[in-house]
Amino acid sequence: MVSEKSHLGDQQEPGHEDPNADARPLSMPTRRGPRSLPPIPSASRTGFAEFSMRERMREKLQAARSKAESALLQEIPTPRPRRLRSPSEKELETEFGTEPGGKIQTTQQEDDSQSYSRVKFRDSVRKIKSKTPDEEELLDDKDAVDFLLGLDRGAEDIVAVRPADYESVHIRLQKEKELLFIPSRRTVPTYKKLPENVQPRFLEDEGLYIGARLEVPRTNQNIMENRLLMQEPGRRWFGDDGRILALPNPIKPFPSRPLVLSQEQDIKAELETLYKKAVKYVHRSQHMIGSGDPPGNFQLDIDISGLIFTHHPCFSREHVLAAKLAQLYDQYLARRQRNKAKFLTDKLQALRNAVQMSLNPAKTPKSLDTTRRAINEYKSEIRQTRKLRDIEQEKDRTLLKTIIKVWKEMKSLREFQRFTNTPLKLVLRKEKVDQKADEEAYEAEVQAEISELLEEHREEYEQRMDEYRSAHQQWKAWKKAQRTKKKKKKQGVEEHPDDEMEEPYPGEDPVKPVPPEPTNQAVIEQEVRERAAQSRRRPGEPMLVPELSLAGSVTPNDQCPRVEVLRREDVKRRSVYLKVLFNDKEVSRTNSRPLGADFRVHFGQIFNLQIVNWPESLTLQVYETVGHSGTTLLAEVFLPIPETTVVTGRAPLEEVEFSSNQHVTLDHEGVGSGVPFSFEADGSNQLTLMTSGKVSNSVSWAIGENGIPLIPPLSQQNIGFRSALKRADAISSIGTSGLTDMKKLAKWAAESKLDPNDPNNAPLMQLILVATSGESYVPDFFRLEQLQQEFNFVSDEELNRSKRFRLLRLRSQEVPEFRNYKQIPVYDREIMEKVFQDYEKRLRDRNVIETKDHIDTHRAIVAKYLQQVRESVINRFLIAKHHFLLADLIVEEEVPNISSEGSGILGLRLFKLAEQKRPLRPRRKGRKKVTAQNLSDGDIKLLVNIIRAYDIPVRKPITSKFQQPPRSSRTFSEKQAASPTTHSPTHSADYPLSQVLVRPFVEVSFQRTICHTTTADGPNPSWNEELELPFRAPNGNYSTTSLQSVKDDVFINIFDEVLYDVLEDDRERASGIHTRIERHWLGCVKIPFSTIYFQAKIDGTFKIDTPPVLLGYSKEQSVVAERGFDPVRSLSEGSYITLFITMEPQLVPGESVREKTSDMLKKFDSQEDEKLLQATEKFQAECALKFPNRQCLTTVIDISGKTVFITRYLKPLNPPQELLNAYPNNPQATAELVARYVSLIPFLPDTVSFAGICDLWSTSDQFLDLLAGDEEEHAVLLCNYFLSLGKKAWLMMGNAIPEGPTAYVLTREQSHYLIWNPCSGHFYGQFDTFCPLKSVGCLIGPDNIWFNIQRHDSPLRINFDITKPKLWKSFFSRSLPYPGLSSVQPEELIYQRTDKAAAAELQDRIEKILKEKIMDWRPRHLTRWNRYCTSTLRHFLPLLERSQGEDVEDDHRAELLKQLGDYRFSGFPLHMPYSELKPLIEAVYSTGVHNIDVPNVEFALAVYIHPYPKNVLSVWIYVASLIRNR
Amino acid sequence: MAAAGPSVFLLMVNGQVESAQFPEYDDLYCKYCFVYGQDWAPTAGLEEGISQITCKSQDVRRALVWNFPIDITFKSTNPYGWPQIVLSVYGPDVFGNDVIRGYGVAHVPLSPGSTSVCENICFRHKRTIPMFVPESTSKLQKFTSWFMGRRPEYTDPKVVAQGEGREVTRVRSQGFVTLLFNVVTKDMRKLGYDTGPPDTHGILGPSPPQGLPR
Repeated sequence: MVSEKSHLGDQQEPGHEDPNADARPLSMPTRRGPRSLPPIPSASRTGFAEFSMRERMREKLQAARSKAESALLQEIPTPRPRRLRSPSEKELETEFGTEPGGKIQTTQQEDDSQSYSRVKFRDSVRKIKSKTPDEEELLDDKDAVDFLLGLDRGAEDIVAVRPADYESVHIRLQKEKELLFIPSRRTVPTYKKLPENVQPRFLEDEGLYIGARLEVPRTNQNIMENRLLMQEPGRRWFGDDGRILALPNPIKPFPSRPLVLSQEQDIKAELETLYKKAVKYVHRSQHMIGSGDPPGNFQLDIDISGLIFTHHPCFSREHVLAAKLAQLYDQYLARRQRNKAKFLTDKLQALRNAVQMSLNPAKTPKSLDTTRRAINEYKSEIRQTRKLRDIEQEKDRTLLKTIIKVWKEMKSLREFQRFTNTPLKLVLRKEKVDQKADEEAYEAEVQAEISELLEEHREEYEQRMDEYRSAHQQWKAWKKAQRTKKKKKKQGVEEHPDDEMEEPYPGEDPVKPVPPEPTNQAVIEQEVRERAAQSRRRPGEPMLVPELSLAGSVTPNDQCPRVEVLRREDVKRRSVYLKVLFNDKEVSRTNSRPLGADFRVHFGQIFNLQIVNWPESLTLQVYETVGHSGTTLLAEVFLPIPETTVVTGRAPLEEVEFSSNQHVTLDHEGVGSGVPFSFEADGSNQLTLMTSGKVSNSVSWAIGENGIPLIPPLSQQNIGFRSALKRADAISSIGTSGLTDMKKLAKWAAESKLDPNDPNNAPLMQLILVATSGESYVPDFFRLEQLQQEFNFVSDEELNRSKRFRLLRLRSQEVPEFRNYKQIPVYDREIMEKVFQDYEKRLRDRNVIETKDHIDTHRAIVAKYLQQVRESVINRFLIAKHHFLLADLIVEEEVPNISSEGSGILGLRLFKLAEQKRPLRPRRKGRKKVTAQNLSDGDIKLLVNIIRAYDIPVRKPITSKFQQPPRSSRTFSEKQAASPTTHSPTHSADYPLSQVLVRPFVEVSFQRTICHTTTADGPNPSWNEELELPFRAPNGNYSTTSLQSVKDDVFINIFDEVLYDVLEDDRERASGIHTRIERHWLGCVKIPFSTIYFQAKIDGTFKIDTPPVLLGYSKEQSVVAERGFDPVRSLSEGSYITLFITMEPQLVPGESVREKTSDMLKKFDSQEDEKLLQATEKFQAECALKFPNRQCLTTVIDISGKTVFITRYLKPLNPPQELLNAYPNNPQATAELVARYVSLIPFLPDTVSFAGICDLWSTSDQFLDLLAGDEEEHAVLLCNYFLSLGKKAWLMMGNAIPEGPTAYVLTREQSHYLIWNPCSGHFYGQFDTFCPLKSVGCLIGPDNIWFNIQRHDSPLRINFDITKPKLWKSFFSRSLPYPGLSSVQPEELIYQRTDKAAAAELQDRIEKILKEKIMDWRPRHLTRWNRYCTSTLRHFLPLLERSQGEDVEDDHRAELLKQLGDYRFSGFPLHMPYSELKPLIEAVYSTGVHNIDVPNVEFALAVYIHPYPKNVLSVWIYVASLIRNR
Repeated sequence: MAAAGPSVFLLMVNGQVESAQFPEYDDLYCKYCFVYGQDWAPTAGLEEGISQITCKSQDVRRALVWNFPIDITFKSTNPYGWPQIVLSVYGPDVFGNDVIRGYGVAHVPLSPGSTSVCENICFRHKRTIPMFVPESTSKLQKFTSWFMGRRPEYTDPKVVAQGEGREVTRVRSQGFVTLLFNVVTKDMRKLGYDTGPPDTHGILGPSPPQGLPR
């Protein structure tokens, strides 16, 4: 720029230019100013100036032009003409400065040349259009005028009035060439794309991974390359290989989602996908206790082809040698095949070459240092290889020598004994060698070795020399020191006599080192030659190749000596067979085959083992039979269990060796076994051989008909190793197993040429690498995200240690303890350790069986199992809860269903819709129920309205002492007959009208709160009182699920209030009354809270649970009165109470369990057929339409959460044999006993066990395993028992009091129907008014469902004849026949006998615990136990069990009175099924026996447990209080 | 505890539901409520509110202006579950039935700041929330719901503040609501949460040079 400036400075207009030096382009036109002067063409137009008009125009133009020109001259900058400047022009410009004089000229010229073409064009136009020149010119001028008069356009335009520019094609092309660039299609030579002097580098060839490039047409690629080269010469678009950089092809070879076939396309029928329902392989839940793995059909094929003895007692000496020879020959063959010596020789040669190469410096450009190191390495390797080779060669040679030696021995033996036993024959074949070449090679080898050794020795020598020198130096120094020391010593011996002692030399005197001897070449040569001679074939010596054949002939028997004949006879007598042992059990054996003269046995048998268990061991036992005497076990051969990949057809024959340790001495030529023998005549060089041999066999897995190997699933195999492996890495879990497969995988990878650098294969390659390098190392992890480690910002331990994080995580996992945790503290330190305590305890307890709560271990296991099922169901529920349906989120008005109801109804409904939505006077609607969220303790109350009771037992008159003796004196049997007669007269005598029969009152206890009514009179009292009991939810959690899981029961106890006169003295009677109130328990009604919660209210008459024996009370009176005319009545004799129970405020029972079931159905899956499910839905909808209140059940949910058709639960199942044997001739009694057995299985409502989830039905075996279930399970089991007893029985779904919707069992006797309550074991006639079942919804049989479509649903008023389609609507009918559904129940039930001892032990423990409890409940009083009474009671309880608590009262009473005459006795036996201890305690507590506070009261308590099969226990508790009569 | 530093941080939100744009509807009212995580608790102010009914302005903007105030203070230990405001707008349809006109949700602004610190940065926390309504499941249902004035509604407006279960619904957009927030936080920085500049002047910073072409 500076130079330019100076140039410019020389111009004529320095002042003008200088200030604008920077903005030169702007100033340029100024210099070109002259160009805009009037152009020449004007002159060419003169010829046409004929018209005045034109003249005028010209004048105007002229004027304008002059004007413009003057303006131009003044105003310097004018817009440049639009024209691109070519670089050449630029050059010109700079030149202007230097040649100012020629500037104008040049410009003019340039202009001319430019306008030349235009002029030319104009001329031609003019020539063509000469006929109408005027118009054209006119127009032209007009244009010009327009330009002038119009907007002020560029000065040039104004000035240069000329025709439009025309450029010739050539020029244009030329110009275009300057501007445009058309990329060539030709291939760009590589050198252009790469930096200079760089060879293209192909990364792929170097082994680096390069993905497949995207396919681009070659021409396009070329065009792109050319373009890039033109645009950016930087070459940064090109890779090292000279191609455009590109990412690998991102397109996957196969679509990751299925093709969406448009509907127009016709899918071929054979390509159409069919939906098939998944079939459950094993129709049993794995959860169950005791149910083992399913028996599979697996097959193991064992092929036993033959047996060869390598030694046998009957071997003759020759045989021994022959066996040895054969063995050696085998060895030789094996060695020859491997040919290790050759391999090592080659290797040695290669190494030597390598050393030679690296020694030559000209060829190796590497640094000296590395070369030396490499050479050293080579050398050491050469040394080793040589050593190895020598050893191998020597071995080969010795082997050959031994073979020859043995053969010679054999020959001599044959000669000696003059007969041959074996057809073995050894031929030594000589192979000629080229003597000279051989010698040379030999010599060269020796020389090479010598030189190497020499070198080696030299090196060693030098090293030693170095050592020596340094040692020598040391020694010298030491010597010197010694000398000086000695001198010193001599001087100072007198002064320091101790010095010598104090400075002992550290060790011995260093020995003067001996210089090492230089190596002697001759010696080394000697050594090498010796060794070579020893181990190698001498040069020129022919190579010996032994060949063993069986071409020899065996001497026939008649030419043999006697002993030999004897031996052969012996061999002939022997035969061998094999036993096949699978898991130490004999499963098969081969045929017995005679032993051949060559001691080979051929079996050729294949055994197909159908197995159930995973094989643990597979053994062959070799048995030998000699003649007709016994067989001896020779040896056991253990076969390996094949890999799962080894299947029949692919398994090679393998030889497994065996040997036996038996000692056999024979009296013939046979050498025996385990006995020393010798070949030498003098008996030296003794040999002891054991019987041994080889079994050739193959073991493999069979292949099924459809090509599937019959291999037991992995889960069945020994769990430890395999399953761990399975979890550890993906590949082995895919299907292959074990380590060998990993090797196969590696082999496969090698064969398929897997690109090891492809990142897609990285995990696989890593795995293979690990598998092939480390023999037994398997990674114990499989890392999905290899880089995860790098992105962890804290370690996992640290993360786990953080209490806050843990809390957050547990909360988000919705762990029950933390699900509602609010405000998790900010800092760890603010989180108390005890927050986790409950949770951790629960986790711990999961594995620990709590024996404190559950006395019986089996129950404990069941409780644990139930807990697990509960958890898994809750987890499922939680997952399902996160799965929303539209209805969960959006409230939407139902659309009137046109299809089902017809248009008329739709119209009606629409009409109805037109009603006012927000009427001015709205009607009052039912109170909204309280959602149980924001409640707290004390907000909820339980209201119990006790209305009245019927048939309360009445007191019997207190028997006075004098009445007693005659009764007790009677014998037992006598009493039975006599009691009614003796009783009734006393009756009439004992009931004067004035006497109060009984004064009952009701006490309600709930959650240990007790309320009671006032006392009423008589056996049919009426209280009509409302009791209010507070309700407390567990842990103050009033959520729906929590409320549903409240397990508490409401106990309604009826007591008799007894007044006792305690006045001691009759004289005081006049002045005062002194009585004591005692209360006697009469019975109770137990209602679970969950029932109240779901029913919202309970209203009805309930049977009071009275003990079978109620001492001092009877209800004979009423019974006698009614029995006369109502025989059925007797079945339901008992006391009844009318109750009304509800809650205040009314709680929303969440979604009721049954309502939710239908919702859940959609969410939980099913194994049932889709059509069946649709049918059930339709059936249910139809039923619900007609009778919305009647229960209709078609599908239920089994314990694993699957929907199951209900009839699958019904199937005849065998009751315990014990029960059937009890009354062989009385079917009714048997039925009752079975019902009793079922009722003894504890009751546990589903809603409690599966809080708020749904009703789960377990099968009968599950039910018996769990020993807990609700009505359905009891009913199903009872119904199944009845079916197996040959009864006609149905499951009856309906409503009962107090259970609500429940299941009963209906049986058909000869003439009437019986209704069985499965939970209590009671049965009722159809017309029994006190039957708790109040309505019948449907009946379910093993093959059909009948819905009640009669007008009434009370069992009293309906007809149970299911064959009438007008009364019962059946599910399966002619239109939908019964498809024959398989049952979910097991084939039969297996009952274990309950351990009597355990029951007895439990009995004692319960008794002890209850006694302690009673003492606890009486903290202020002394509790005395009457042992005598207790033992009496204990004797009495089994009797009660036997008679099931019926008709024993009188005898019992008499018995007791006889024994405890002096006591006033009140007590009763309680009977209940055993589940846990808590209900027992609860029951005892509720009787209030302990409440007696008479000072001299004594107690008696006895427990009896009667065990039924399958751990069902019937518990009897007899509690009594005794007061001594004065 | 004072020595140990704060154990909660506070978030004070006030502002207003300013206006709405519902081109087709008039006479709307708005209901707001807050949805927040388990670690949050309101300490003062109102969690829910229902505004007055407003008519469209008569000018060109046709805005429905409520200017309904919001004022609430939360305390929390964890930013997870940061409060969201859920708006639901209702109004009468042709037949005079009260129907839903739109649901919308917005997080309370994370950074503290006010809407009018200085004229230059006004409306820092101005949010314009798009509103939407659930669609009927079928054409027929759409008709009947229109006819009966019982349009589909969310069982709980709070579902719009959560992702769970939304996949089963289909919605249609419908208008906008503008909200203004003033947010004050306390102790957030002390607990290690940095939600923005310490003072609002920070973001003002050096203003961009004036003469630049925009």
